[in-house]
Amino acid sequence: MTAAEPAADPAERTATESPALRLAHVSKLFGGVRALDDVAFALGRGEVHCLAGENGCGKSTLIKIVTGVHAPEPGAEIEIFGQPVTSVTPTLARGLGIAVIWQDLALFPEMTVAENIAFDTLVGGRPRGVNYRAMRGLAAGVLDRLGVGLDLDARLNTLPIADRQIVAIARALAGDARLIFMDEPTASLTQSETDSLLAIVRALSARGVAIVFVSHRLAEVLEIASRVTVLRDGRLVGVYPTAGMTQSRLTELMTGRQFSHAVRARDLAAERAVLVLDGLARRGEFEGIGLTIRAGEIVGLTGLIGSGRTELAHAVFGLTRPDAGTIRLDGRALELRSNRDAVAAGIAYVPEDRLALGLIQPQSIADNIVLSVLPGITGGAGLISEPARAGVVGHWLRELAIRIGRPSDPVSTLSGGNQQRVVLAKWLATKPRLLILDSPTVGVDVGAREGIFAIIRDLAAQGLAILLISDEVPEVYFNADRVLHMAGGRLVGEYDPRQITLAELEERIYA
Amino acid sequence: MRNLLRSHPTEARLLVVLVALCAGLGIGSDQFLTLGNAASLLNNSSVNLIWAVGLLVVLIAGGIDISFAVAASVVQYLCVYAFAGLGGGNWLIGFLVAGALGAGLGFVNAGLIHGFRVISIVITIATFNAYFGLLMFFTSGRFLYDLPGWWSRRIIIVEHQSADGRWAELTLPVAVMLVCVIATWALINRTSTGRQLYAFGDNPEGARRAGVKVATMQFIAFGWCGMMAGIGGLMQVNITREVVPNALIGRELDVLAAVVLGGARLGGGRGSVLGCVLGVMLVAITQNGLNLLGVSPYAFKMIVGATILIAISTASLRFGRAPVRGHGTARKGH
Amino acid sequence: MRAMITAITRRFGPEVPALVGFLAVVVAIFGLAAPRFLSLANFDSMAFQLPELGLLTLAMLVPIISGGLNLAIIYTANIAGLTLAWVLLQFGGAEAGPGAFVLGVAAALLVGAAAGAVMGLVIAHIGAHPILVSLAMMIFLRGLGEFLTRGGDISGFPSYLAPIGHGSVLGLPVPMLIFLVAALVWHVMLTRTRHGFAVYMIGSNIRAAAYSGLHTRRTLTLIYTLSGVLCAVAGILMLTRFNSVRVGHGEALLLITVLACFLGGVDPFGGFGRVLPVVLALVILQVLSSGLNLLGANQHLSTAVWGLFLIGVMILRWVAGKVGQGRKRKDL
Repeated sequence: MTAAEPAADPAERTATESPALRLAHVSKLFGGVRALDDVAFALGRGEVHCLAGENGCGKSTLIKIVTGVHAPEPGAEIEIFGQPVTSVTPTLARGLGIAVIWQDLALFPEMTVAENIAFDTLVGGRPRGVNYRAMRGLAAGVLDRLGVGLDLDARLNTLPIADRQIVAIARALAGDARLIFMDEPTASLTQSETDSLLAIVRALSARGVAIVFVSHRLAEVLEIASRVTVLRDGRLVGVYPTAGMTQSRLTELMTGRQFSHAVRARDLAAERAVLVLDGLARRGEFEGIGLTIRAGEIVGLTGLIGSGRTELAHAVFGLTRPDAGTIRLDGRALELRSNRDAVAAGIAYVPEDRLALGLIQPQSIADNIVLSVLPGITGGAGLISEPARAGVVGHWLRELAIRIGRPSDPVSTLSGGNQQRVVLAKWLATKPRLLILDSPTVGVDVGAREGIFAIIRDLAAQGLAILLISDEVPEVYFNADRVLHMAGGRLVGEYDPRQITLAELEERIYA
Repeated sequence: MRNLLRSHPTEARLLVVLVALCAGLGIGSDQFLTLGNAASLLNNSSVNLIWAVGLLVVLIAGGIDISFAVAASVVQYLCVYAFAGLGGGNWLIGFLVAGALGAGLGFVNAGLIHGFRVISIVITIATFNAYFGLLMFFTSGRFLYDLPGWWSRRIIIVEHQSADGRWAELTLPVAVMLVCVIATWALINRTSTGRQLYAFGDNPEGARRAGVKVATMQFIAFGWCGMMAGIGGLMQVNITREVVPNALIGRELDVLAAVVLGGARLGGGRGSVLGCVLGVMLVAITQNGLNLLGVSPYAFKMIVGATILIAISTASLRFGRAPVRGHGTARKGH
Repeated sequence: MRAMITAITRRFGPEVPALVGFLAVVVAIFGLAAPRFLSLANFDSMAFQLPELGLLTLAMLVPIISGGLNLAIIYTANIAGLTLAWVLLQFGGAEAGPGAFVLGVAAALLVGAAAGAVMGLVIAHIGAHPILVSLAMMIFLRGLGEFLTRGGDISGFPSYLAPIGHGSVLGLPVPMLIFLVAALVWHVMLTRTRHGFAVYMIGSNIRAAAYSGLHTRRTLTLIYTLSGVLCAVAGILMLTRFNSVRVGHGEALLLITVLACFLGGVDPFGGFGRVLPVVLALVILQVLSSGLNLLGANQHLSTAVWGLFLIGVMILRWVAGKVGQGRKRKDL
């Protein structure tokens, strides 16, 4: 399975006959870590090719090498549109017709939409005057082609994330790119926006533009790409046609393991209610929210970006104050003035943005774990007790099976899955009654997700009430006892996974 | 006005405050709204404005420069010897030498910052101490009065006699200041290099991926700031007619406060020439107005400090906190 | 030996062995070049000079670790000194009794705390950048001080204050004792208390710290308040050492304190920094300045050498980083 399986496929023929990009023997070391190991990759003109693999498999490094952000180790062969290239720079890559939509967008928040889209016209060559009119014209043209209307003069940081994603796409299309890398371009798009992006990808492909598509949404990948290259741990697993490929087969190739899917919903209507929301509302965010979560129950909350699910979580966690309605925990009405009140009451919240909000990345694993329980490990003199601190850290590292070097290492050195376990440890140490998980598997490898859900189910079995927020419908379908659907700031549906198929549920939510 | 309010809210609010202040002072003192006073305000603020636009470029590019005022003193001393060596010199030589020396001192900062990957505040605090210590050591704190005639002669660019017989005069530093302000505006708004400076300050990693050359950005930003420091130093001598080694130390923080008040963000990516000028003028006009109202000069700084503190604290004049430091794009590297 | 270095590194921070090495080299050089350098008298005089800069540096340290800066430290110290002087003058100047002194010290500490608290509140609740806020406070306090004193000196204090600035207890100069106590308190505060813990977390990522339930606003306010208190201690010490108060005294030390923090390995982005390496950095700066002084150079050359020394250390750290990376590469 490590060698490329033969694929007598028209796309492969184009790749050999009129290649857009051909890479061979590409390796990259980062301070001793082998991010890429002798990888080969090729796609033809007009081909939509998916690059698949778990986080850290080397996808992003590969893109950065082709676009000149990183230099490969000596011995690499790079051929762009049939032209051998010895050393790539960002300007050269652009000159050869390569554009990228970066996963972290790489935009300029303080600059206008027009300038962001047309930014590449400002770079390279001699210093020169700026023609704002031409930049605006270029930006307007691209947005027109995309069929979206955005204010060209708005500062980027005033736009919602989804609009920024569109700007990033527009920027990649602004040059006359013949090869476009799209690194998770749909991560923050709604379904209809995703659909229009996929339509654009098809149109570009029809015009002969080659596209390398990276996405963790495997259904999307199989729908849009003709072939898929799978990487694992920096090595090439193989190149496969998407015809006949299934999601579970692709997952297997990416992780090297097999997973079973089964609905795990249970009936817990007889259990004691832990969280009861009644008529909860906050102007412009959500209204009339009533829901109950029982002891040991996992309630899935899904809906598109902008449906108000994260805002609802913020209100329950005391980060914002609702305008109306009540929050009851264990029968007691809560008046939350801050999230510290919520923590004290027994509510824990794992935010969606683990990198920026969930953890304090440069600080140690140990400090991140004890962050939420400082009063508990402080002795009589107001000093933190070292033994108590080591005890808490040791306990949770064992309990959640977090594999680390030393507790004093920065938390940023951990993989996404282990980082998420540290976030969980931090909150479980507070002995919460209710755990809110907001998109807990974003940036976590497919293989490690199962481990996270095993922990979550285990916690529920111990009587913890859990609100699982996710825009991945399968995730809530397979793991929750009930699924709530939120749209436009309201709860619009409740489903029992045992009485509906996944396809039906997805249909209702995306409709 | 509506456009300005939307695209540059800080500048627009500052403008409103400034107009209100001027109106108030105009009512409070019959001398404030005279040509003579306006001219002296401009004459006295010109050096600060030259420095401010230089510092603005560094702030936009995401850096900070603490050393520029001391660098200006170093340039002044080196100029005295250079002019003597060049047979007295003239204005053309003066601008070339002062600008080049200043830019050179800026390049030293840029080279250290880029070459050894050290954040600018560390390097410029180090060079601040190094420049100042060496200057005081080698000059032994000596004042210099024996300057070339062209340098210390007052040059009047525009003059106007008003009805009451008083003269309003604009001197050379004002003209030089205008050139510096316009040049800086053109650099950061009208050239590809300037837009790259903004982008680099805004998102260094994103700029790098787009092909912006990081070293070039550092050298242009600190070189420009150094050049403005040198030219400002040259003009300072034209005003005071003496070279004093420790006359300018401390001014860097006053200028920094004014520029940040004008909406430039510590951390990069935001700031405009208009805001920068407004920030400097708000401080200058406050002092000038207090003077005309007969307030004790000892109280000036206190009131200026309080004004800035109140300005920061009013919700309507909100200055965004720089993104949390130590996280994400602030660090270079992969 | 290696095990000891590892133990020291883990306990006090990775900068300590290198800084001790630097110190040894500098002491050895001056010991050879200036015969009087290794004398008791020289060490005594260094021990009297260091505490003033030392206290102010500690006042700068915690704001930097929290991701900010306090540029108002010098004038906070001046204003606090002025407060004590004013109280003493109210009670007869040179004739004022110890009760007046205690009252004055309390008032001075209160004024220092108030100046810091105002900055902390503005930074915490408005979200303005600490550099801007402390700069405005600096300009305000300088103006206030000059307004109150009309730029002059205030002197004529009771003679029993002299031992605080010039006396020794058990062979240790009193100012040094005050500094060592302050350093110890700061060390314990940063490493063992909840407040100290919060300082580091806020310095690395204030939003994530708030999400985790830390009281970030209260912590920020306390950081600047305590910084102000320590400035007041420095101001009181300066009064007793010079037997006078002048606004602007110690002005040149402002950026030296920042320099000392960076030399001591404090992360300019915030989140990391310890007391012991910073104290070592202060000792190195003092040794450089005293040694140069004995060789006949003036304070200005010392200032220049301090600046160049910081640049040199930064270059060495860069080289060490490169070498470390290269070695890792070879290991594989």
